[in-house]
Amino acid sequence: MEKRVVFRSAWLPYALVAPQLAITIVFFFWPAFQAAWFSFQLQDAFGLKTEFVGLRNFAELFNDPHYLKSFKITALFSVLVAVIGIAVSLLLATMADRVLRGALAYKTLLIWPYAVAPAVAAVLWAFLFAPSVGIITFALKQIGVEWNYVLQGDQAMALVVIASVWKQISYNFLFFLAWLQSVPKSLIEAAAIDGAGPMRRFWTVVFPLLAPTTFFLLVVNMVYAFFETFGVIDATTQGGPAGATQILVYKVYHDGFKSQDLGGSSAQSVVLMIIVIALTVIQFRFVERKVHY
Amino acid sequence: MVENRPWLTFFSHAVLIAGVVAVAFPLYITFVASTLTLEDIVKVPMPLVPGPHFWENYSQVLTAGSERGAAAPVGRMMFNSLVMALVIAFGKIAISIIASFAIVYFRFPLRNFFFWMIFITLMLPVEVRIIPTFKVASDLGILNSYVGLTLPLIASATATFLFRQFFMTVPDELAEAARVDGASPMRFFVDVLLPLSKTSIAALFVIQFIYGWNQYLWPLLITTDESMYTAVIGIKRMITGGDALTEWHLVMATAILALLPPALVVVLMQKWFVKGLVETEK
Repeated sequence: MEKRVVFRSAWLPYALVAPQLAITIVFFFWPAFQAAWFSFQLQDAFGLKTEFVGLRNFAELFNDPHYLKSFKITALFSVLVAVIGIAVSLLLATMADRVLRGALAYKTLLIWPYAVAPAVAAVLWAFLFAPSVGIITFALKQIGVEWNYVLQGDQAMALVVIASVWKQISYNFLFFLAWLQSVPKSLIEAAAIDGAGPMRRFWTVVFPLLAPTTFFLLVVNMVYAFFETFGVIDATTQGGPAGATQILVYKVYHDGFKSQDLGGSSAQSVVLMIIVIALTVIQFRFVERKVHY
Repeated sequence: MVENRPWLTFFSHAVLIAGVVAVAFPLYITFVASTLTLEDIVKVPMPLVPGPHFWENYSQVLTAGSERGAAAPVGRMMFNSLVMALVIAFGKIAISIIASFAIVYFRFPLRNFFFWMIFITLMLPVEVRIIPTFKVASDLGILNSYVGLTLPLIASATATFLFRQFFMTVPDELAEAARVDGASPMRFFVDVLLPLSKTSIAALFVIQFIYGWNQYLWPLLITTDESMYTAVIGIKRMITGGDALTEWHLVMATAILALLPPALVVVLMQKWFVKGLVETEK
């Protein structure tokens, strides 16, 4: 798509894009290029000399059981966050689309967690589940469940999943609600006249119409779980216990900043970049398709 | 509503109320904890109704901070968060709107190349280039400064896209008329395009304000000076490790303070927020 009417100036357009481009180059392209460059190098323990080692950092990475474990944990974490978040939001949005009374109030009361920073959301839930003072910990103890996420890996995972889903529900909810409201009423009425009950109508008429958009949300939620949940992990479990919640992004930070392993951390950055690029391409192909309908 | 099914309506309300309660529960408990003393909280289970220490706890964190963890006053941190959120929101909008204006309303060599460069930044979140970006900031000497907190986060592919999409829908006749009347491009931009873009600007502002306020990884990396902490970082620094040692009543008061401004923005500017959210993802 192009504009038919344009202005002419030899210098003005360059001046207008310059600020955006300058920041992009200094803070995005240059660091990304450096990450790629460092990933082919090995630095000695004192940071005095560096040596070009080709793909050795990558080979070490994929032979490192800790890294492979972190990969598996990230996969599990992002699938749990995306699937639970989408299922709960779809249920709530379907119900909110049905009710006439109080629809706006429900909406307002469900969207505010979007504004809560992931790290703050994590602290809220970590307090409820705190091993000694947590109120949910206390309730669980009453029914015979010993809860201590500081020691139990699967409980730590449950905590970060709950906090991440809680924050993301409002986002998914708004998208589902917008789409549900755009489903033509005539389709639903036609199905109702043909004798289909509410459940049948949902699964045979509404859900197929939502399926492509659900896929879009799935990708967005995966990206969220991969990258934006850093704050959730750092504020609560810090990757522990014993690496049970160490997602890839947290490992890049940990290896680069805490362990000062520049080459290894940079190689991990490059792997992550490839993952984001893949996810973004999938997302945009989908958007393109939607536009051409 | 296609048909009247009282039981289903009842069920819908029940599910929604359960959802609202589940979503609000952590916030309520956080608020209650922020009005108690530490002794009340460690006496498990803690009371479920607010206590009388609201002013005490809030004024302590706002002016003095916690005792064991980070000692910086939260008032200062909130000011830092506010600066960060406002500069990022306005900065992103400003540099993106002029860049899209250039890309849509001018033909010049490298136009498409520039557009793709901006597009690719979508695929390079801070999280994947942590260390080199930190190095750049440290080489430029902007650690522990407002410039360092905001400038690296100001480039925005989503805002540039949104304005580009919007400018495409602006009728060509307007630009034509401006040209016939002899208006300069900047004159057209200021007098015609900016007023037309008000809605998009408001919607983007809400989204970017929340984005800026809630930043975590970047401020964590570049602020080592307590007076430069943002509210979100401050909370993390107050949790001293080991939940028996944490001053939960103060942490919870800080959490309420840290989430209130963006939550208010979402609730009060709900219309713009929904519009911004749905449109920036297109």
